[in-house]
Amino acid sequence: MQDLGISVLFRGINFQRLLLGLWVTLRIALITIGISAVLGLLFGLAMMSRSRAARAVCRIWLEIIRFMPQLVLLYLVYFGFARLFGWNLDGETSAVLVFSFWGTAEMGDLFRGALTSIPRHQRESAAALGLTRAQINRYILLPQTVRRLVPQAINLSTRIIKTTALVKMINVTEVLKVGQQIIGQFYREPSAAFWVYATVFLLYFLICWPISLLAGRLEILWEGNHH
Amino acid sequence: MEPILRVKDIHKSFDGTGVLKGVSLEIHEGEVVVIIGPSGCGKSTLLRCINGLERIDRGEILLRDRRISGLEKDMHLVRQKIGMVFQSYDLFPHMKVMDNLLLGPTKALKRSREETEAEAMQMLSRVGLADKAQALPRTLSGGQKQRVALVRAMLMHPELLLLDEITAALDPEMVSEVLNVVIDLAEEGMTMAIVTHEMRFAEAVADRVLFMEDGVIAEEGGPEEFFREPRTERARQFLQSFTYASARKKEKADSGNPGSGKIR
Amino acid sequence: MDWGFIGSHITDYTAGAWVTLRFGLYGVICSLVLGLLCCLARYFRVPVLKSIAHGYIELARNTPLLVQLFFLYAGLPRVGIRLSAEACAVIGLTFLGGAYMSEAFRSGLESVDKSQREAGECLGLTRAQNIRYVLLPQALATAVPALFANVIFLIKETSMFSVLAMMDLMNVADTLRTSGGHTVEVLFMLAAAYLVLLLPVSLAATLTERRLRYAGFGNQRTV
Repeated sequence: MQDLGISVLFRGINFQRLLLGLWVTLRIALITIGISAVLGLLFGLAMMSRSRAARAVCRIWLEIIRFMPQLVLLYLVYFGFARLFGWNLDGETSAVLVFSFWGTAEMGDLFRGALTSIPRHQRESAAALGLTRAQINRYILLPQTVRRLVPQAINLSTRIIKTTALVKMINVTEVLKVGQQIIGQFYREPSAAFWVYATVFLLYFLICWPISLLAGRLEILWEGNHH
Repeated sequence: MEPILRVKDIHKSFDGTGVLKGVSLEIHEGEVVVIIGPSGCGKSTLLRCINGLERIDRGEILLRDRRISGLEKDMHLVRQKIGMVFQSYDLFPHMKVMDNLLLGPTKALKRSREETEAEAMQMLSRVGLADKAQALPRTLSGGQKQRVALVRAMLMHPELLLLDEITAALDPEMVSEVLNVVIDLAEEGMTMAIVTHEMRFAEAVADRVLFMEDGVIAEEGGPEEFFREPRTERARQFLQSFTYASARKKEKADSGNPGSGKIR
Repeated sequence: MDWGFIGSHITDYTAGAWVTLRFGLYGVICSLVLGLLCCLARYFRVPVLKSIAHGYIELARNTPLLVQLFFLYAGLPRVGIRLSAEACAVIGLTFLGGAYMSEAFRSGLESVDKSQREAGECLGLTRAQNIRYVLLPQALATAVPALFANVIFLIKETSMFSVLAMMDLMNVADTLRTSGGHTVEVLFMLAAAYLVLLLPVSLAATLTERRLRYAGFGNQRTV
């Protein structure tokens, strides 16, 4: 390397700035994950409810998030809501709104999937042992659902974290944006862009990878209880 | 006469547990060797080692004087000469019966399709399944599937056929329809190594019986003497475990000496 | 809603949709190939290759496409590797998609009983023949839903190509939006365009799955 673009990262507080930008991303992700986890369970229950209307709403909701790129949804909320309803939401709020809308439906679908994949005879053989409904839920269905759901929910979390990179597109100053600011300041170092983008890439990987590994471990660990 | 197959002192262990602890045997042309023994004695592993589904740790295996153990690349050429049928039939569920039969001969052996198809039809009708040529495997009964699996193996014109407990997964009433096919093959001079738990069948089909226990061949002999009068105590115990019910009846009838006829 | 505006800009959107679809498709096809190769390397435990495949999959699955694209398009040229926007788009999408396709293929292959592989081997088939005639048809039947889900996912991800200054749907909409005045119409058409693009894919997925389930087994093609 003829020039020392990599040194840009360590000049002044540049690296701290990147990390702060990353924190903005993570903050959005964490709030989204929290909201999605709670609302997702409700969504899942609604998907299995007796009410035809509730199921239809869930279905449409799910189809919207399946068909619309998150970026389109972000634009709809960030630019569209201002025009349509006069709501001037800031980038972070728009992002949390959109990602929660998406995460809730995904989480709900996972929850429904986990619950319905438990074989019927599990419930029947528990009933045959004389357990009450509550006991069946508490001791038989809940543990099995959790074991199926948790690894998939963790995977969904990494997807949410990765998706938050999009907030750069609606003018939130997150890690990519900070990176570009740094590149702009140090335009005399041509290879700075390479190192900055590589660092952002690596930072995302270092956050998401351990979480994915954890999900994989749990899946293997609990697999024996499935069949 | 030169043996078709020679197994010389092979050893095999899984995760440090010895399953084959020095097994040697020879199989001659036209000979039917039946291998029996308690579960876990290594008899299935022996068959799987012979056609390379398991790698052996020590020893060697020769097919017509050619070393076939430890082959890497050309194992598929060896397997074209050794047929094998499993307990679980393992027909290819996405192919019709006829396509199951043609796959090996046309793809592995590059034989002509028309010729093989004619031969396949002929063999199917011999085992009573001519009308099933265009059926999907899932529509067949277990006994029918296993007969198809036998035809599939035979269409490769193998020099040696390995049968690994081929009736173990069948409902009792279907066992004989499959075993009769095997007995036919034996009468036509097919060279076979058969692992089975069907003692009557073993006695009927075998030229030679190998009794395996704990990873070694514990006894070997002709079917008459082996089934009538096994030399080792272990083989005697093993054979007795198959006659439990009748032994009890005998014991009851034998009321003069109560308790003495107890098994174990 | 200004229908006149919509009518006069519909051609912009069809042009954008064409870019989205074309590069999405290139990405999908390359992803399928890369995914299949990675999956086979891991399934047959090919030395070295399986580790490379594993490392690549972890890397691709745990980083955002947007960051990958910036790295390819704005980072690499600074160390002398210059790629066109179109190349970046296809490489980026393939890098991401290959990993997801590989996982889909893998779950398909793992659902095929190990004894099927052995039965193929016992017929003296070569490894390639065994894959082609025995394993893959069965694996594909199981993998179809996941593969289709990936196709939809990848086409959606093409919305990020706008950062490569490619005139895809997203960028067409963004350009119209910033030129002022018709935000609602612009976004309405954007959403509608993705719906039109993805609805047939989703429909195809449903039909294929239903047919597979009806047949009980995927591939009834004769050998």
